[in-house]
Amino acid sequence: MELLESLAKDRSNLIKAIQMVQKEKGFVSDQSIKNISKFFNIPTVEVEGVLSFYAQFKRTAPGEYKIAVCDGTACHIKGSSRVKNWVVEELGIDDGETTEDGLFSMETVACLGCCSLAPVVSINGKVYGKLDRKSLLKIIKDYKNRGEAQ
Amino acid sequence: MIKRIKVGMASCGIAAGADEVKNYLKKELKDKDIELLDVGCIGHCYAEPIVEVETDSGSVFFENVEPTEEYLEKILELDDTTTMTFREKRTDLEKIKVTKLAGRIDPISLEEYIENGGYESLNKTAELESTEIVEEVKKAGLRGRGGGGFPTGLKWSFLAGKEAEKKILICNADEGDPGAFMDRSMMESVPHQVIEGMLIAALATGATELFIYARAEYPLAVKNLNIAIEQVYENEINTINGKTIDITVKEGAGAFVCGEETAMIHSLEGGRGNPRFRPPYPTDEGYKGYPTLINNVESFANVPIIFEEGGEKYAELGTENSKGTKLFALAGDLKYAGLVEVPMGLTIGEVVYDIGGATRGEVKAVQIGGPSGGCIPAEHFDVPIDYDSLESLGAIMGSGGLIVIGKDRCMVETARYFLEFTTIESCGKCTFCRIGTKRLLEVLERITVGEGTLEDIDFLEELAPKVIDASLCGLGQTAPNPVLSTLRYFKDEYLAHVEDKHCPALQCNDLVDIYLDQETCIECGQCIRNCPVDAISDDFVVDNEVCTRCNTCIEVCPVDAISRVKRGEING
Repeated sequence: MELLESLAKDRSNLIKAIQMVQKEKGFVSDQSIKNISKFFNIPTVEVEGVLSFYAQFKRTAPGEYKIAVCDGTACHIKGSSRVKNWVVEELGIDDGETTEDGLFSMETVACLGCCSLAPVVSINGKVYGKLDRKSLLKIIKDYKNRGEAQ
Repeated sequence: MIKRIKVGMASCGIAAGADEVKNYLKKELKDKDIELLDVGCIGHCYAEPIVEVETDSGSVFFENVEPTEEYLEKILELDDTTTMTFREKRTDLEKIKVTKLAGRIDPISLEEYIENGGYESLNKTAELESTEIVEEVKKAGLRGRGGGGFPTGLKWSFLAGKEAEKKILICNADEGDPGAFMDRSMMESVPHQVIEGMLIAALATGATELFIYARAEYPLAVKNLNIAIEQVYENEINTINGKTIDITVKEGAGAFVCGEETAMIHSLEGGRGNPRFRPPYPTDEGYKGYPTLINNVESFANVPIIFEEGGEKYAELGTENSKGTKLFALAGDLKYAGLVEVPMGLTIGEVVYDIGGATRGEVKAVQIGGPSGGCIPAEHFDVPIDYDSLESLGAIMGSGGLIVIGKDRCMVETARYFLEFTTIESCGKCTFCRIGTKRLLEVLERITVGEGTLEDIDFLEELAPKVIDASLCGLGQTAPNPVLSTLRYFKDEYLAHVEDKHCPALQCNDLVDIYLDQETCIECGQCIRNCPVDAISDDFVVDNEVCTRCNTCIEVCPVDAISRVKRGEING
């Protein structure tokens, strides 16, 4: 695991290590778990136990474009459950799923901290605010075109 | 004469398009001798992207700027017909102290922070005995801004009094309350102020290893903190009286419960964020067994202010038991969402109506303190914002999330929303938190789809206090608050759902139909074209069996002919 070499082999770096792997690969595979456990010299079950505790860690490959539908309080009262349904209808994927072509994945997240722009989604970290169905579908379409052009 | 131009580049500014504005200005100003600067958040989120033009005779602000020639001209000509006006009502009520540099200076410029008086408080405290520092904070009456309200000075004295090989200080930047963004804004806009507060706390307590436990969802905050820390190391600001203090940013990984101090310590140690029983308190036995002190971002950001003006002066502002100011992230059904800093003791009404610009009569309640807090109905808006008054109403100060709930929102659904959050976030250690919150949620779900019974309401009232009593940490102890406070103030809404199968706010999808009023309809066909499930017929009748209540038709209808009505009230 060259990736982790810069890290001190202190158990307190375990979360950091999983974060580094996920950042590099987009998710944490079984093999990555084995590698991490070897690096820290701890059982794989402990690595799995820690990573399954935290919402940030993914065990399956996400889409190229990761849609995070914010369901923080402000977004919720401004209709985030509708926003989520628009995505479900448009892309046919629910929370935590990836489209068959691997282009999009979707998850709901607690709060992106842009409450004044509610309702918001973020796609690969870029935040889009004050959404209605039309603007959201346009954004998704733009990403689709971009993805297909590649 | 234009001296320089600042673009608000905190997360909310970027989300509103500040990036594009900045790039445009950068391109256009290339040949002009005008400095372009990224700054943080000045708290007026509703007006983002905001551009501030600094001139010889003061600053001029432009709001909702677009990357166009038209705006560029206005900016360069300082066109005063289009500048942003700061509403007097807000300026009069706010007391900008902790956030005075936020959005005014380059967040990652150490020089600018120092030019504006930064690190002077640290220099002052470096000459004091640790007990003197603690005493000053006690005198200021600062209480924990993370929500608990524990006296900060007292907490410091616990750690200061410990003899240990090593002492740890943690800044709780795991701002997990949905709807709260005060800490993010401070870390993004004035990272040095947070670090200065931490270094002063280190001097007061003898801690030498400092951590900032930040939410992973806040990449810009983490980035700015890391840059600031690097500058602190380079300039040896962290070496005080011959002793070097280490500061490290650690990113959380998305677990609300990690805001609880013992859970946070476990997480920092690289484990699952399960809370544990206290005592031993962290100040006795914390991170890796060392005595540990945990304070919130906003608490630390207050510390330099205390030493700038002195504890006594600081304590002049506020109420008897709550001193200083409090930051609130104001959002929801109001006109001017943003980050506000108000003196303790201001009433909720002043914040919601005067500062936030919400319309009187249109507001049903505020939700304060996030999922751990409660809602306060509009008739109690004359209550002053301080730790004790809010608690007496069944809410809490919380970390500062303040969501305005309009008349057309359902309170049962609001309670359900918060319970869903805590159910997911419960770590599962305590039975009543793990299963009790789940049972509460199931009942609330039943009520919102019209399948609740009167016994269900009794059950909520019976189970909620048990969850509070039988949970170890703050998460479980406060999780039922949204249920209890909505039951206390809005029981009629619960009863309407149960007895009449009616959602008075017409929000709960299972209890509403969509009605198209053919008298008003102009037959433009917008609704038919936009309906994602083809639920509207060619002769403009909504098939409520097919309709998903997505509201698209209501949004696109130009004459407001379509509305949500009580289920079964109309035929067809």
